[in-house]
Formats: sequence, C-alpha cells, structure tokens
Amino acid sequence: MSWLLSAQGVHKTFGAVVAAHDLQINIRAGERISLIGSNGAGKTTFVNMITGYIQPDAGQILLAGTNITGMTPRDITRLGVARSFQIPQLYPSMSVLDNMLVAQTTHDNQLSWWRPAQSAASRERAEAVLARFNLWVYRHRLVAELPGGVRKLVDIALAMMGSPKLLLLDEPTSGVAAEEKFPMMDTVMQALDGQALTALFVEHDMDIVSRYCQRVIAFYSGRIIADDVPSVALANADVRRYVTGERDVLEAPHA
Amino acid sequence: MAKLLFTALVVLLGCLGVGLVLPKWLQFMLTMAMANGLVSLGLVMLMRGGVVAFGQGLMAALGGYTAALVFEHFQWTDALALPLLGGLSAMLITAPFAPLLARYRGIFFSMLTLALSMVGYGILVKTESLGGSDGINMGRVTLLGQALPDAWVSYSLLAVTLCFSAISLVWAKVFFASTRGLVTRAIRDNELRVEYMGGSVAQTMAINFVLAAFLAGMGGALAVMALGHIDPNFSYWTTSGEYVFVAILAGSQSVLAVMLSSALLEVVRSFSSAYFPTTWQFALGLFLLLVIRFLPQGLGALWRAKPQEDAP
Repeated sequence: MSWLLSAQGVHKTFGAVVAAHDLQINIRAGERISLIGSNGAGKTTFVNMITGYIQPDAGQILLAGTNITGMTPRDITRLGVARSFQIPQLYPSMSVLDNMLVAQTTHDNQLSWWRPAQSAASRERAEAVLARFNLWVYRHRLVAELPGGVRKLVDIALAMMGSPKLLLLDEPTSGVAAEEKFPMMDTVMQALDGQALTALFVEHDMDIVSRYCQRVIAFYSGRIIADDVPSVALANADVRRYVTGERDVLEAPHA
Repeated sequence: MAKLLFTALVVLLGCLGVGLVLPKWLQFMLTMAMANGLVSLGLVMLMRGGVVAFGQGLMAALGGYTAALVFEHFQWTDALALPLLGGLSAMLITAPFAPLLARYRGIFFSMLTLALSMVGYGILVKTESLGGSDGINMGRVTLLGQALPDAWVSYSLLAVTLCFSAISLVWAKVFFASTRGLVTRAIRDNELRVEYMGGSVAQTMAINFVLAAFLAGMGGALAVMALGHIDPNFSYWTTSGEYVFVAILAGSQSVLAVMLSSALLEVVRSFSSAYFPTTWQFALGLFLLLVIRFLPQGLGALWRAKPQEDAP
C-alpha cells in the first residue's frame, strides 16, 4: 500500500514532556481525518512536524514516499503540504485579494520585478478560490477589518491557493461563534469537495469531528490512544476518559 | 504601463522645461534633492518590507567614491556612465553582507546597518589613497563625449539627474506593483505565512537590500558629480539619518512623494541654515513631528486615498 503520508517511529520531547512517542501513522490519499486530544496531547506538535516547523528527535515522515524529515516549511510546502493556523496567519494590512495573490505568487515561485501582481489571469484564479469559500464579496476588504470567522476561512483559502495534496487545518472552528461553526465547516467541506486532496483537522469539537471526518486519531500524552472511524473512536473508553472527559468514565475504575 | 510611461515622460519633460528658467542655485539644489531622493527611494523599498536601514549614507558614499575614483584614475568622465558605475559598485560591495542582514529585523537590522556604515566611515577616514578625512575632488563631467560649457553645467547635471530619477521612479513604481513588490509587503505583515506559502523571506529581503544599495550608489555618484567633491561625511550616520528623515516624510505610498520630500528637506535646510544657522535642526525636527502627527502615512497620503493599495 502506498501512503500519502506516513509517520514512522516519530518521537519528540520538549524537556521532560513527551509530545510524540513512537508515532506510527499512515494516511491514504483522499481521507478526511480528525486529530483529537486534550491540550498538550501532541496534535499540533504532529502537525508542526509534518510541516517542518519542528523537527522530530527520531523517526521519519514520508510524503508520497519522499522523506520530508529535516526539510524546511518552504520546501515541504512546495511538495504539496499546506496548512491553516489556529490563530489565522494573514497579511492584515492588505486586501483579501492581495492575500490570495501573495499565496499564489509565492507558491508558484513566480516572483518577478516587473510582472504585475494583479494581472487578469492571477485575479481570476484567486477570485475563483475565493468564490468556492464564499469569500468573493470580501475580496476588496482589508483583512484587519474582517470578523473572526471570515478570517478563518481566508486562512484556509490561502492554504488552498497552492492546490495542495495534503491540507492541515489547525482547529478551524476555534474562536468561531457556536451558531457559525456548522455553516463554516459546510463551506470548507464544499470547497474541498472535488479536490484531490487529503485533509487533516486538529479539532476539539466532537460534533464537528463526527459530522465531517471519516477517521479519527486520538492523542494523549504524545501517544495514539485510538485510530478508527468516528463512531468507534469516540466510543473508546480511553478517548472518553482522556479526550472528551466524560464524567461516568472518569469516575469509573480504568479497565 | 503605457499610461505610466507617458505620464512619466510628460512630467520629466515638464521638469526639464521648468529647469531651464530656474536660477543656477536652484538648479543645484534640485539636483542634490533628486540625487539624495534616489538614496531615500531605496530606503522606502526596504521600509515596505518592514525594515529601516540607518546606513544608507555608506551606500551613497560607495557610489560617490567610485565615480570620483574612476573619473580621476581612468579618465572616465561620462555623466551617464558614472552614476551607473556608482550604483553597480555599491551593489557589488554590499551584496556579500545582504544574506547576513536579511536575517535581522526591527532595531537589530537598523543597528547592524548603522554599525556597517560606521566601520565604512572609519575605513574611509583612515585611507590616505581615498583622501582620508579631506576626501577627493572630482572634475567636470562630460555628456555623450561633449565637454559641458560653463553656462550649461548646472542645467546639464540637473537634466541628467532628472532623467535618472524618472527612470528609477518608473522602475520603483513597476516594482512595487509587481509580484515581488507584493510579497515584500506581505513580509512586513507576516513572515511566517510567507514561508509557509513557499516564499523565501531571506532571499526577498537580501535582494531588496542590494537594490536599495544600487539606488543609493547611483544617487551618491550624481551628488558627487554636482558637488565636485566627496569626503567620508557622506557615510556618517547623521547623513544616513537625513535619508531616513526623507523616507519617513514621504511614506511608502507614493514614489513621487520621495522626491518631493527630498526637495522639501533641501529647501528647509537651505533657508533655515541661511536665516537661523544654529537652530535649523530644531525647525527640521518640528517639521517632522508635525508630519508624523498629522500625516502618519507620509506626504504621499495627501494624494493617495487608499493607503493599502499601490496603484497610481
């Protein structure tokens, strides 16, 4: 079986804290996977290791068979990995369209001294992605003026500009009002539909997890405690105890 | 693009026409303003990426010394070639430092450029073959192989400087609106995201620094051609401070504002030093204070309605 992403024996510690303990994770192309776990469980560390922001102490990470361990975030991005951030990482003094154009030119490595950033072709491509995320109406607005939920969407739209193979979404609904979460995720999932990409969500909201993901990987203290379809993974006793924190499981003796 | 070139040509021809009727002292003042404005234009380019260099005086001095030395030792006297040589020399000498500087931001970048300029100043002062603290003189340049008659020297130098300035401004305008110009602005906002989108922050910053050095070297050479003399004070930190003053006064929204700000500084300096020679810095400081208070985006904000966009 050829995996799109394969983490083999990945290990990472920060002082005495084990953030990743001998992780073995294989992901097929096209999967929609959620990474869950309490704060400090190792989800974001795993994402940061995939993107090259943090280097593992041991083990290796393969992307479509290519060893990406030790590569810079820039090189990994060029291989087709994109990510969004828990706190949107945007260019606040620029318009939404300019944000998209930056993403386009940097990803395509089309930096030029004379070619205008706002050519008809580049605008068209950027606006097409914005339209998929229902952001077209905001294209001329400054990012600094946008509400939080819209910024989250812009953050994800930026990641999509490079037509990635693997999209990592770090808590896409955190900080978004409860009534806006599902409409926002519907928009994201519709935008991803028809795209040949694999999506990994770091998520705390179990309603989002069970509704939008095909597979759940649960982390606790840097270890994987469950890896299954949502209905099975979320019913797992360890997941209920350590991730969702359900009282009846917490109070019951651990089998 | 065609519109931009046409506008630039009309403005240039207008300036060349007006220059004809100006008195010589004003022609000289404008020549110096435009030459110094080129140095500040490079600074504005850096400021768009979120860094301020406090050592551009050294870049200008490198261009100026190159022009004077080439004139003196190689009898290369052409007014069109010397500024290009000055720019090229400043660019090549500073290029090895660019990768180092590109790793720093904020006050660290500023202080590092200041430190490099002070090292350069020290070397220039101590190097006898470069005239030491007295500097070196430069004779009268020629234009396309023709000697310049006394009556036309001042105007010819103004015309040459205006032409170099016009070309540089058009280029800067195109560059600011280009994909690389857009990424430079993005770096100022969020470096992390630029890297995560596959862009190289260090490469962009290094290239901008080298380009700013070219503009500074060219400006320095033009200034030396008009002055006929260069000394290490060109690279002193207070001179670099004046270029920063002009860049802040201009803001980063309009390239034309850089030249206007430079001209304004020359006017304020000339009249202040004539009428209250001991306190002209006070007038200058007060002026900058008012600009920062009431025009935080710089003079360019006066005719640019949308500060975030770079279209004309």
